[in-house]
Amino acid sequence: MNVAKRTFDAVIVGAGGAGLRAALQLSEAGLKTAVLTKVFPTRSHTVAAQGGVAASLGNTTEDNWHWHMYDTVKGSDWLGDQDAIEFMVKKANEVVVELEHYGMPFDRTDNGKIYQRPFGGHSMNYGQAPVMRSCAAADRTGHAMLHALYQRNVRANTQFFVEWNALDLIRNSEGDVLGVTAIEMETGEVSIFHAKATIFATGGAGRIYYSSTNAFINTGDGLGMAARAGIPLEDMEFWQFHPTGVAGAGVLITEGVRGEGGILRNSSGERFMERYAPNLKDLASRDVVSRSMVTEINEGRGCGPDKDHVLLDITHLAPENIMKRLPGIREISIQFAGIDPIKAPIPVVPTCHYQMGGIPTNYKGQVIVPKDGNPNTPVVGFYAAGECACASVHGANRLGTNSLLDLLVFGKSAGESVVEDFQSGNLSLKPLPADAADLSLARIARLENQKNGTDVHEVRLAMQRTMQKHAGVFRFNELLTEGVARILEVAEQSLHTEIGDKSKVWNTARTEALELDNLIEVAKATMISAEARKESRGAHVRDDAPDTAENPNGRDDKNWLKHTLWYRDGNRLDYKPVNLKPLSDDVEPIALAKRTY
Amino acid sequence: MSINRGRVRWQCRRALLELDLVFERFLERHFDRLSDDQIADLDDLLRCEDHDLWGMVNGSKACETDRWKEMIGLLRQP
Repeated sequence: MNVAKRTFDAVIVGAGGAGLRAALQLSEAGLKTAVLTKVFPTRSHTVAAQGGVAASLGNTTEDNWHWHMYDTVKGSDWLGDQDAIEFMVKKANEVVVELEHYGMPFDRTDNGKIYQRPFGGHSMNYGQAPVMRSCAAADRTGHAMLHALYQRNVRANTQFFVEWNALDLIRNSEGDVLGVTAIEMETGEVSIFHAKATIFATGGAGRIYYSSTNAFINTGDGLGMAARAGIPLEDMEFWQFHPTGVAGAGVLITEGVRGEGGILRNSSGERFMERYAPNLKDLASRDVVSRSMVTEINEGRGCGPDKDHVLLDITHLAPENIMKRLPGIREISIQFAGIDPIKAPIPVVPTCHYQMGGIPTNYKGQVIVPKDGNPNTPVVGFYAAGECACASVHGANRLGTNSLLDLLVFGKSAGESVVEDFQSGNLSLKPLPADAADLSLARIARLENQKNGTDVHEVRLAMQRTMQKHAGVFRFNELLTEGVARILEVAEQSLHTEIGDKSKVWNTARTEALELDNLIEVAKATMISAEARKESRGAHVRDDAPDTAENPNGRDDKNWLKHTLWYRDGNRLDYKPVNLKPLSDDVEPIALAKRTY
Repeated sequence: MSINRGRVRWQCRRALLELDLVFERFLERHFDRLSDDQIADLDDLLRCEDHDLWGMVNGSKACETDRWKEMIGLLRQP
């Protein structure tokens, strides 16, 4: 079959914060750049980020990058690579000020500087006291950031291919990356985007879970494409959860509700947090509350017909206070749980929020894989940034407001690396293999011709329920073992999905089937990596790896201070060392310690 | 020229989960029954920024464009 071919210096997949920041670097350097995005750029999920972006500007309280680095390494439970972390925190001020110059409407102090607010986990003097480090634009930081970056890209003549869905990565026999295949939704035609450099900035895959705060577009497209092309996925067992999402919907109920007096109850109406955290009760830390909720559900004290959630009760609060202090929450509960919280408690469940793992990269945004004895060999022509990538700065758990920083720093860094490699003559347009589009065309043809197949929605739901039950916020050996078998069954079903609508143009059923192909790769990577990691660390907490004198918090540095690499082929696992050595001599390595707050 | 309904359906994929959930419900209940004029109104509404759209759906922001009001009403039905 004849497939149209387009040629560029660089192709970027994804137009959220990381993709737009990378694109800007390339376009301003004069590279012919194509940005492929399945939704309009300013409808990317970066819009949902509220908290702010971390930078040790020290505008309100004293601050410096050393303290930010310490907080990030500690947050990561020492699984983050200290070279990448040093690079990120040192670059923070530069990328934030740059954004200010692009017109980002940051909140201001009285003397006109960028206003900074305190945030959980941010400290001065190595954990001594809270610090004001988060730069925000009201509660729309991500939205404002995306608009500033988009406008700047329009000015720089970046070429956008909007409503184009990337399908597969193209590699040659040496393993070099030569671009991607993509389908234009408006025509249903598959094209080849042939380029000297390919940058993935496709965001996270939070939709692998039944309860997720992520928008529907977060289907891990870049991770699926990378995995199918033989690139391993790193540290996929680490997912950040929030304790209270509306059951069955995922929409967040802010911690403020418990702050205002909200109480968590089980099926018998018991205030169960009194048993788990007698002092702080419902205001205990996120991970303690999440684990307690899961224990109640697992031990049969969950609520509802499936006993799969608990209740957040504010019926004892005065209605006028709910209306005054929590109006947004009341609306969310009515909209998504069908319950007025003045009259009845809200069903809630721990909810997936952020993916720490991803496509392995170094601090330059180059994708790296084990090759010839070097675990960190760059793949020629391939770069990644943002939530889809694992640099690794978040390690086993992400520090709040470091996600927007990650996409700015590593979006820019990936862009700079491409420009450098381009200008030094390290990148060239290599000949396409004859079968460059075959895999994508075969996937489309299979969907076209599948008979007596499985239903996309049912398979996706089976995947989401399996992930939620077997690899949720609190993990159990037996459930993980069963989970591996179960997710492989679901993956088998996903090979035979059938769609009713066979139309060529604007076929959303086909798009959803293609997205499921990507999600399922991430789900397998997560379950298999989680089952194998026998310790507790950061967001990966196992019932059979408890807090002991030998292994504080269940963390086992002797055996598990290492990154997981999952390969799609044979579901093989490999491991590589964590880089505990910073990038420069400006700072000593942050020594291993127990993570307590 | 008539509007491609598949294109409008895809525009209902948004940046915020809240809107995805509202539109999922709306697509199931109403989308196939909308007239061409209603589809045109919806297409126009979908050009809004996500936070503004969510504000109109959750009632925190008034809808000041007459041709959007019917669709906002349908989207608001719990």
